[in-house]
Amino acid sequence: MSVPVSRSDWAGVLVNGALVGFAVASLAPLVWMLSVSFMPAGEASSLPPPLLPSAPTLDNYRLLFSRMGIGSYALNSLLIALLVTLLSLLFNTLAGYAFAKLTFHGRERLFQSLLGALVIPAQVAMMPLFLLLKEMGLVNSIGGVVVPAMASVFGIFLVRQYTRGIPDELLEAARIDGAGEFRIFWQIVLPLLKPVLVTLATFTFLGSWNDFMWPLIVLSDSGLHTLPVALSNLAREHVQDSELMMAGAVLTVLPVLLLFLALQRYYLQGLLLGSVKG
Amino acid sequence: MTASRAAWCFISPALLVIGVFFLLPAAASLLLSLTDFDLYALADPANLRWVGFANYLELLQRPLFWQALGNTLYFVVVGVPVSMGVSLLAAVLLQDSAARCRAFFRTALFAPVVTTVVAVAVIWRYLFHTRYGWINHVLAGVGIDPVDWLGDPHWAMPTLILFAVWKNFGYNMIILLAGLQAIPADLYEAARIDGANRWQQFRHITLPSLQPMLMMVAILTTAGYFQLFAEPYVITEGGPVQSTLSVLYLMFEEGFKWWNLGMASAVAFSLFALMLFVTLILTRLFRSRHE
Repeated sequence: MSVPVSRSDWAGVLVNGALVGFAVASLAPLVWMLSVSFMPAGEASSLPPPLLPSAPTLDNYRLLFSRMGIGSYALNSLLIALLVTLLSLLFNTLAGYAFAKLTFHGRERLFQSLLGALVIPAQVAMMPLFLLLKEMGLVNSIGGVVVPAMASVFGIFLVRQYTRGIPDELLEAARIDGAGEFRIFWQIVLPLLKPVLVTLATFTFLGSWNDFMWPLIVLSDSGLHTLPVALSNLAREHVQDSELMMAGAVLTVLPVLLLFLALQRYYLQGLLLGSVKG
Repeated sequence: MTASRAAWCFISPALLVIGVFFLLPAAASLLLSLTDFDLYALADPANLRWVGFANYLELLQRPLFWQALGNTLYFVVVGVPVSMGVSLLAAVLLQDSAARCRAFFRTALFAPVVTTVVAVAVIWRYLFHTRYGWINHVLAGVGIDPVDWLGDPHWAMPTLILFAVWKNFGYNMIILLAGLQAIPADLYEAARIDGANRWQQFRHITLPSLQPMLMMVAILTTAGYFQLFAEPYVITEGGPVQSTLSVLYLMFEEGFKWWNLGMASAVAFSLFALMLFVTLILTRLFRSRHE
């Protein structure tokens, strides 16, 4: 019965056991969230704390949509994330391509100073930015979140890194054929950039959806709140309603988690591409 | 249209956005921090006065600022090494030749990174509930008395650090994993032939090869952890007795609760200066060790 176990077998058990431990620690809070969200009100606050709902119910979700207006918060989140993604994708791609492939006076210096600006934490700019947007009439509007996010140094950097791999001959040939710069960009370059566009879109969408501090500051009208802002308010008002809050957390987390699972390959590539700037 | 004119057309929208909505406000923030901009100035700019470094001097005399600074440093000094250690351990495990189902484990361990901070912070509040939370329930199983995680000033910050590690370790894990994969296998082969055990291989091959990557990861993580805000805002609201009040939380309250935008800018710039200083020290530290 007992097969002699070699040292490398033990190493395998140890390594995989540790990985299982890591996976349980990573996923357990998320699975628990899902489970509690289906519990009837008050069930999670009993002893011993239950793992699974005794009688699974959708009541918490129903309540969130009918009484807490979570549907409109979700729409705000979606609208903001989509607008930010589309606009910043356009502007960052144009700029990233130009920094990689078009020569102009002071290009490298300009790009280096943009990279240098990455050391400034975003929060430093928040107070004057608020005053500026107030002057422009954008405080307390979707535009107050979208407009400042329409371009990012990180996005430009990502596109530039990727675009540098496109051979110059391809662009030269098009120029000799008399194609204009904008047509070259639109018809030749853009299709080649598809992978990095998906990567950047995923990054931007997730970042925008998950963003908290700036929307909290600039959207004071509760009708405009995004899911994270609304959830943080609800969690303060409904401290005791853990089941309800878990349903809210599920609605906030699930869309981005699914999006990540679907586009994982692109997302992780972007993470690595973006981290090699050193 | 010349190529250089086209280039400017291509970059100007992005430059305009970054310049007007980030660089300009960031520079203006420095000026704002030298004024007494408050609720009255918000109503009528005529009430605005130039106060020089008075905001900074006042901050230095405020116990709450030092408390916030101390809390943030606690979070960074403990949180960053623990995060990096966990990331490195996870990466080494994933890269080990004995590891099975790598793609699954990689995804599972990375999942918390893409979740929404606010939402998972809400989960944390219930998991660490003194009476009904699973953490205390499991601890009771091994005979440990219930801990008031979020209500005890000594435990609140460690709980937030644990949360941050759980939420973030997957990010650096992916970067370090790529670093591990770039180390040539014959280095380990040669070490094995020389009779080096696993620990010695890790100590003398893995760590030195990862050095540049570890430096980058340390700097990025440190910068991120200095910007602590959403976690205490949602989980502890800065309490108990201000034990989790962070510098950015203080900035948020000064600026957008009390509308002291001048003082808030001074808080932000103090944090920025501290971050630059710490980054400089980290760079020096890694460089000197490298040589």
